[in-house]
Amino acid sequence: MSLWEYANPVKFMRLSGAVLPWVSVAAAVTLVVGLIWGFSTPEDYKQGSTVKIMFLHVPAAMMAINIWVMMLVASLIWIIRRHHVSALAAKAAAPVGAVMTVIALVTGAIWGQPMWGTWWEWDPRLTSFLILFLFYLGYIALWSAVENPDNAADLTGVLCLVGSVFALLSRYAVNFWNQGLHQGATISVAPGDRISSAYSYPLYMCMLAFFLLFLALLLVRTRTEIRRRRTAALIAREVRP
Amino acid sequence: MKALLIRDLQLATRAGGGFGLGLAFFLIVCTLVPFGVGPQGGTLARIAPGILWVGALLACLLSLDRIFALDWEDGSLDLLATAPVPLEGAVLVKAAAHWITTGLPLVLAAPLFGLLLHLPDAAQPWLVLSLAIGTPALSMLGAFGAALTVGLRRGGLLLSLLVLPLYVPTLIFGAEAVRLGAAGGDPATPLVFLAAITLAVLAAIPFAASAALRVNLR
Repeated sequence: MSLWEYANPVKFMRLSGAVLPWVSVAAAVTLVVGLIWGFSTPEDYKQGSTVKIMFLHVPAAMMAINIWVMMLVASLIWIIRRHHVSALAAKAAAPVGAVMTVIALVTGAIWGQPMWGTWWEWDPRLTSFLILFLFYLGYIALWSAVENPDNAADLTGVLCLVGSVFALLSRYAVNFWNQGLHQGATISVAPGDRISSAYSYPLYMCMLAFFLLFLALLLVRTRTEIRRRRTAALIAREVRP
Repeated sequence: MKALLIRDLQLATRAGGGFGLGLAFFLIVCTLVPFGVGPQGGTLARIAPGILWVGALLACLLSLDRIFALDWEDGSLDLLATAPVPLEGAVLVKAAAHWITTGLPLVLAAPLFGLLLHLPDAAQPWLVLSLAIGTPALSMLGAFGAALTVGLRRGGLLLSLLVLPLYVPTLIFGAEAVRLGAAGGDPATPLVFLAAITLAVLAAIPFAASAALRVNLR
């Protein structure tokens, strides 16, 4: 009994089918509770009610990065061990990650307009997020352009590996190019200026909600991909005499 | 490998090879920008480093899909893959041929275009140096993108979407070096970073590109 047994599509379908309703309900509950809790927090003395955008912005931005890391791990597993579920999971995660990036960028712009007086600023964090979004777009476009599914998985896997290095490189290169307007991290285990606990607990709840939401979407999309593969195989069998 | 390099260079310089096309494109970009932003020398001098670098990037992009597409169509790529020379070496040579036919002319002609855009004289040597250091990375990354999209029918547009984000760090450090040079500063730091990126790309990307080629050839 090892983790790799779940790389078998049949086992994966059975397990994910059993887990999916629970994850979905948990995601919905935590999302509703987290957002209501977040929006009922007191207003910030400086930022007023705009501080509440944080409950969407921070979890989305966090997931946008984490989903890319998850795609990197899944691509590595596919390249090294050739488990199809892993390649399909990476494919399924990409559009979710792209949407998370857009959510982070849009909510950031909506917050930036009253606070910084501008919708967009060529700040290192903002710029590197835009670049991350471009990487997501390229990755999704390559998946849809290659017809043979195994070739597509291989090519996007290689692109994900190279892209990860360059996304990281860009993240630190833009620091060099322009000094930032975006605030630093206020949630960390290291001592320093920290977020007030009135805001941090709802924020943790929203982070958990976004993670569960991603997990639910990922399972649904991966199951769809597996079913699509099966349908294609069935059609291929029908066509062949 | 030498024979391959000479063959690629000959193919590029013969009629229809597109040699000099990148240079002409670069000239057009440098001609169009003053129409767009106005002819004031001060404005042009300020944006010249960025325009020159972005122009070089786009000129390089123009001929990327030719790196492997023609060899893919007539089947010589299969022969290269089965040749005693490792595919990684062949990829490196192909990228080098692309650099000699597009990157090197850009580097040599850059001072002329800098003149057109009122680039300060102090920045001219840094422009040449930064382009000389940075453009090999552009060709190598472009070869990776071309390897990913070689089997596709409409690969051209996708190629630019895949490759341009990879060019970001090179562009940042390259343009920064010229800007610092124009302002009279010491551009050693961005140049060192630029060289580091180019060397790392030359060392690692041939493996990724040939992995992608092998997938496309199977």
